[in-house]
Amino acid sequence: MKQVVDLQQIRIKRDTREPVLDGLPVLFGDFDKNSLEEAVKIKEKHAAKVTVLSVGSGKLKDTVLEALAMGADEACIVVDPVCEGSDTGASALTLAKAIEKIGAFDLILVGEGSADNYSGQIGSRIAEILNIPQVTYVRELSIEGNMITAVRDVEGALEVVKGQMPLVVSVTSEINKPRRAPLAQILRASRKPLKSWTLSDLGIDQNKVGSGASAIQVVSNLAPQQERKGVIFEGDVEETAGKLVDALRKEGVLE
Amino acid sequence: MTSGILVVSETEEGAFELLTKGHELAKQLNLELSAVVLGDRDDKTVQSYLEYGAQKVLVIANSSFGALDAETYANMLHEITKESGPDILLIRSSRLGKETAGRVAQKLQAGCITDAIGLSVKGQDLVVDRYALGGNTVSSEIIRTRKKVISIMSRTFEAQKAPVQGKIEKLDLKIPPQRIHLVERRKKLGESVNIESAETLVCVGKGISNKEDLAMMTELSALLKGELGCTRALSSDYHWISEDRMVGISGKRCKPKLDVSIGISGQIQHTVGILSSKLIVAINNDKEAPIFKIADYGIVGDLYQVVPKLIQRIKSLGA
Repeated sequence: MKQVVDLQQIRIKRDTREPVLDGLPVLFGDFDKNSLEEAVKIKEKHAAKVTVLSVGSGKLKDTVLEALAMGADEACIVVDPVCEGSDTGASALTLAKAIEKIGAFDLILVGEGSADNYSGQIGSRIAEILNIPQVTYVRELSIEGNMITAVRDVEGALEVVKGQMPLVVSVTSEINKPRRAPLAQILRASRKPLKSWTLSDLGIDQNKVGSGASAIQVVSNLAPQQERKGVIFEGDVEETAGKLVDALRKEGVLE
Repeated sequence: MTSGILVVSETEEGAFELLTKGHELAKQLNLELSAVVLGDRDDKTVQSYLEYGAQKVLVIANSSFGALDAETYANMLHEITKESGPDILLIRSSRLGKETAGRVAQKLQAGCITDAIGLSVKGQDLVVDRYALGGNTVSSEIIRTRKKVISIMSRTFEAQKAPVQGKIEKLDLKIPPQRIHLVERRKKLGESVNIESAETLVCVGKGISNKEDLAMMTELSALLKGELGCTRALSSDYHWISEDRMVGISGKRCKPKLDVSIGISGQIQHTVGILSSKLIVAINNDKEAPIFKIADYGIVGDLYQVVPKLIQRIKSLGA
């Protein structure tokens, strides 16, 4: 799961079009919650153990409590200032090393994309590093023995596919409705096992992660330039509807 | 194989868009432009790639998209692009394309940017634009590794013919057996409509309180000779409208002449699908709704009062 800033609260500086991220609350993205919910549902059916894994900084210890309250059995977090500015390749490497440290697993569940960058690369990259298959954009998942059957959501069609565990599955928001953690679970969450690792705990070379090692150089990251007219009518319905229709006629979009 | 640009798409429509842009970039960067095609395409289709600027078309023998999974697709692309193969992969950002992009990038130890919305050459650098921070910003990025994997949203570029003398090569790749197996492919429920090519779009969101009220919205879109589109909530959560009408980051990206957004607050996950509209009109009762920030014209008001009045007015125009 990935901790991201609350995207709804991002403000844009008017003069420079720069986003202001300082001091924003952090939380897990919605797709990530879908992946956790699915893991907990599988656990309720098949008596599995659910570990939540996250790489991040600062407030991750607090953020991960929500995941534990939602039903994860334990949490492993990688918190290391060197990770700051890691690209997706380095993040996937860090996660894959952490997964190897956690030990045997059947299923790695991820969201279809993170809430902030939605690059959708992490699942694919982890699968490649661990040399296991991947099934993405899953909206229905069932498990029998060591086989999974998944319904994938692709353009215009649904695909039913089968594969043998271990594998990586990415889920869409249609797969479930993440539960709200009950109060009793929130209180218990801080007593569940939480392991916090650094890069050296995972045996990762510091030169391979962080902004210095990033394969991606960001030239600029600004709010898009707006060239919209911004003519907003308010007041009497009859009048505003008339003004809008007149404006659209002048624009030539009404015949 | 000399180093160059490789275009990858499951559909010809997507391939020709990317070839058109690839042709321009290849000229600027002095690279060879090639495209990969699976073996299920007939000769005439393969030939048509040359008309859009492909100097080389690589046909992978004994392959088809029907049951292809990302791992196998990535294995194929890796065979073609590793070592002295093409350095720049332009992949259509379909779901298969996007997941394959990450996997082949990992194989190549390459930097990868998905869902690109723009490509340009600055100096000797290829600059890639994509939405970031949930669409609040557009990030312009350069990939620093020699191998570069870029997936590009469909309909980002317009296909234009640029015939070249190219050659067609048949490849017989040795790929490990596939580990994910297709059992069944079924069409999604609902009608099959292509709202991406609509000239006018009426988009509706959670401001609509009942499914029955969609009749009014359909009437308006019909009057405007347009199509009805919606946010993810109305199709995925409420199941009121079929998914092929869903607009946004997980749905369609539309470029109509006119978009009318009704009862939509304007969360970026939806608005990325309408930002390329020539004209955006918003109707919402919340004056502070973000949708008004990207609108050319707007009415602050109750959609249940405004829409019937609009319908009435537009009808009287025709009378």
